[in-house]
Amino acid sequence: MARHWRAGAAGLAVLGLTLTACGGAKVGDSSEAGGSGSSGKCGTFNLAVNPWVGYEADAAVVAYVAEHDLKCKVTKKDLKEEIAWQGFGTGEVDAVLENWGHDDLKKKYITQQKTAVAAGSTGNKGIIGWYVPPWLAKAHPDIKNWKNLNKYAAKFKTSESGGKGQLLDGDPSYVTNDEALVKNLKLDFKVVYAGSETALIQAYRNAEKNKQWVIGYFYEPQWFLSEVPLVKVDLPAYKTGCDADPAKVACDYPVYDLDKIVSAKFAKSGSPAYDLVKKFNWTNDDQNTVAKYIAVDKMTPEAAAKKWVDANRGKVDAWIK
Amino acid sequence: MTVAMEKPETSGEAQQSVPPPPVAPVRRISRAMVVGAILVVWLLLFAVLRGRQTLSLAAADLTDLHRWLNDVNDSIGADRNSNPLFLYFFNEIRLVIDNLVTFVQDLISQPSGDRPVPQIGWLGVVGLAGYVSWAVANWRVALLAVAGFTFLGLQGLWQESMDTLSLTLSAVLVALLFAIPLGVWAGLSERVNRIVTPFLDFMQTMPTMVYLAPLTLFFLIGGASATIATVIYAAPPALRITAHAIRSVPPTTVEAAESMGATRRQSLLKVLLPMSRRTVVMGVNQTIMAALAMVTIAALIDAPGLGKTVVQALQSLDVGTAFNAGLAIVVMAIVLDRVTTAASERAEAARRSGNPLLKWRRHLLVAGGAVAAVLVYLSHTYLWAAEFPGDGGTGSTIAKAADNVTTWAQDHLSGLTNGFRDVITNGLLNPFQTLLTDSPWWLVGAALVGIAVVLGGWRAGITTAVCVGLLVATGVWSDGMTTLASTVVATVLVMLLGMVFGVWMGRSALVDRLVRPTLDAAQVMPPFVYLVPFLALFGATRFTAIVAAIVYAAPVAIKIIADGVRTVPAATVEAATSSGCNTWQIITKVQLPMARSALTLATNQGLIYVLSMVVVGGLVGAGALGYDVVAGFSQGQLYGKGLAAGLAIVLLGVMFDRITQAAARRTSN
Repeated sequence: MARHWRAGAAGLAVLGLTLTACGGAKVGDSSEAGGSGSSGKCGTFNLAVNPWVGYEADAAVVAYVAEHDLKCKVTKKDLKEEIAWQGFGTGEVDAVLENWGHDDLKKKYITQQKTAVAAGSTGNKGIIGWYVPPWLAKAHPDIKNWKNLNKYAAKFKTSESGGKGQLLDGDPSYVTNDEALVKNLKLDFKVVYAGSETALIQAYRNAEKNKQWVIGYFYEPQWFLSEVPLVKVDLPAYKTGCDADPAKVACDYPVYDLDKIVSAKFAKSGSPAYDLVKKFNWTNDDQNTVAKYIAVDKMTPEAAAKKWVDANRGKVDAWIK
Repeated sequence: MTVAMEKPETSGEAQQSVPPPPVAPVRRISRAMVVGAILVVWLLLFAVLRGRQTLSLAAADLTDLHRWLNDVNDSIGADRNSNPLFLYFFNEIRLVIDNLVTFVQDLISQPSGDRPVPQIGWLGVVGLAGYVSWAVANWRVALLAVAGFTFLGLQGLWQESMDTLSLTLSAVLVALLFAIPLGVWAGLSERVNRIVTPFLDFMQTMPTMVYLAPLTLFFLIGGASATIATVIYAAPPALRITAHAIRSVPPTTVEAAESMGATRRQSLLKVLLPMSRRTVVMGVNQTIMAALAMVTIAALIDAPGLGKTVVQALQSLDVGTAFNAGLAIVVMAIVLDRVTTAASERAEAARRSGNPLLKWRRHLLVAGGAVAAVLVYLSHTYLWAAEFPGDGGTGSTIAKAADNVTTWAQDHLSGLTNGFRDVITNGLLNPFQTLLTDSPWWLVGAALVGIAVVLGGWRAGITTAVCVGLLVATGVWSDGMTTLASTVVATVLVMLLGMVFGVWMGRSALVDRLVRPTLDAAQVMPPFVYLVPFLALFGATRFTAIVAAIVYAAPVAIKIIADGVRTVPAATVEAATSSGCNTWQIITKVQLPMARSALTLATNQGLIYVLSMVVVGGLVGAGALGYDVVAGFSQGQLYGKGLAAGLAIVLLGVMFDRITQAAARRTSN
């Protein structure tokens, strides 16, 4: 046995030497390797990425600026809202960039547990409502008024809607009053839960392509609107307080001022990344542009962010001053 | 509830069940008549009592139980920094597992320390994979391993694949650490076995999404939580199969050892364990497969790897990219499956083979080990061996091809598929669902208990009664019945497919060899990948969920039925042929009746697998329990309801399992 070990070792040495001679770039040779290790005074910045492309666009740009201008080490974490907020308390999430209302979470984590604080608006206006595919709005312009919906209810019937018209809802994490709305506006519709944003988008995509009758929940800003410009149906106008009692809602959704939430610890840390998050502010068009780069043009989030940042240096400079 | 464990038992039962047929038909007819009578009474009462006491609950409504579960969840979250249970128990577990995962990641997937690349690069990993596969199995699977791993790199998914591999390896390691000793114990003691079985059922049928959020509460976001979630789902098969292996060692062998003066410990180490090694390795195989099935779900709590690619691609409906990553998971599963299967067979072969071969092997092993070591060294030192060369062009080609195929199918088939959907939905699903959801709950419950008693006996009846009671208590009875309707329809379709393909494969080895890889792929491909094309073909409907469930569950049923048909003795078939039966008669009069216990087992497994897809169904329009679970995962105030819905799925699973198992025992005796 010993002899074989020796033979093996010798063979190994010879093989090793030969290969070393014809080697190539060694790990640690390049100067870049040393540089990426040091991250300046910023340190690590834990950024939650909630699962929709608009948010991904926010995160891509903020992460790009934090990495390249502030030399932070950015760790992106793909999480649903609920779990991302949970992470504030445990120090695993520093910032959530696009919060849609979620008063329940604000109450729980900002007021009660005091692990999170609000960090101001993103500048994005969140619009929620009922939408129809463009062909339908063009063929029947009066459908844009909710009062005419019952007239068309039969057209929206599907195998799922039990004889009524189908109103398609999406992901369960969406803010929705649709069941109450249908009841209180006395509409001959049934809310059917598609269960995911993917299912909702695919339904609209099919509807536009094959001229099918679909009405459902949707929201802006959203990359899909640059592919199929859905048309919003007007519900009774929103007035402050008309949605106070969830069971009695009979008005449209408010326009949400999308805002940023950070962990209490992060806000006090003095990290330049916190200042960036606080000052980060852009328009729906900005977000849609980056979201389109990612979802339609299939660029990586980094490449999409770079393209937008290079074209909008002025805006970015205002965030990091 | 695991296929691999049940199969050997029933193929044995199938052979034993050959003699009795003369008596059985009479009893079967009478049983079918009783079931028929129950259904008729049910229908009559339904016509009278329709719409009363249906226990329906709107999507946003909660019961007291749901609110209480919410409060428990909140209070845990609120004092997790002061509670000693957290500080000294959960945090310690988290620390150990986190270190393990980080260690493996540093080794093969993530840049470690100040290195821009992991300790072992692609060349080293490929070399090690080949060497280990060859050492534990044979050179053929070693080649497969090398080719498979290289393909992952060519797909442009090297790092993602290694992240997935490290998480899988860590989870399997932890799972085996608990499952094998416990499995041995359960194999030795019938009482332990009876105690652990319900827990294992629970671990396997409880939808993962239910405990994903609480896990992050206990173990924080990241590798540790993802690993623990995977362990919970993946450990049961290894435990069950180990217990089964120990139990199936012939008692005479153990007695012989003990009569020769072996102590308990000696007979365990020298007789029981070596003799059950082959089956235990199959258990390891099942655990690896189960762990890989968790990859996409774990990505929802930020587990790195291929699952993330799939989930992200789904957000922008990018079927091509999702398919490419899904294919990588399939490739990895096939490599790991074939290597472990071959390893289990080698253990057997090596025991039988003589010494001379073994001696040569040892030399070769040393030499191979040296080569592998050199490859590891190279990949540690040189960039070209550390980072996979090329730009993953194969991956984008695959993605484009997948995109083209889906677009074609969507454009050309949707008329056909919509027609099919409407026929099944209106003809089968809707009436059945109405019957279940619009009957008073006690009527449905009584009918279920009655059917259980007739098919499975009094014990099955009692189990069913308990399950019905608990289902009512969860507060999601109505959603449960909706899910039950879809589940039963999906299972009927699964059984139809199972009979057609199972018989075909059972009768022809060639068909078997051609179809089997497709079945394997269908089982391992993450459902998230085919959701988008299915949505395009069938819309966001209950039927889409049924189709997704069929893709996942039919392979199991087909494989079991094919096995059953194959075990029908050739002599019997020949006798029937010579007495003038045509093919159709042979199938319906000889092969299917004789494979009856395989059919029952296929129904059992089909149902359980369909149930495990309920949550995925919730993502594509199935609503009901699946939607409740997804909603509970997404929204704090629905957390309790999601948990209750998860429990309801478990209860449905237990109910089905006990009825079909009891029925199987009765038909085979």
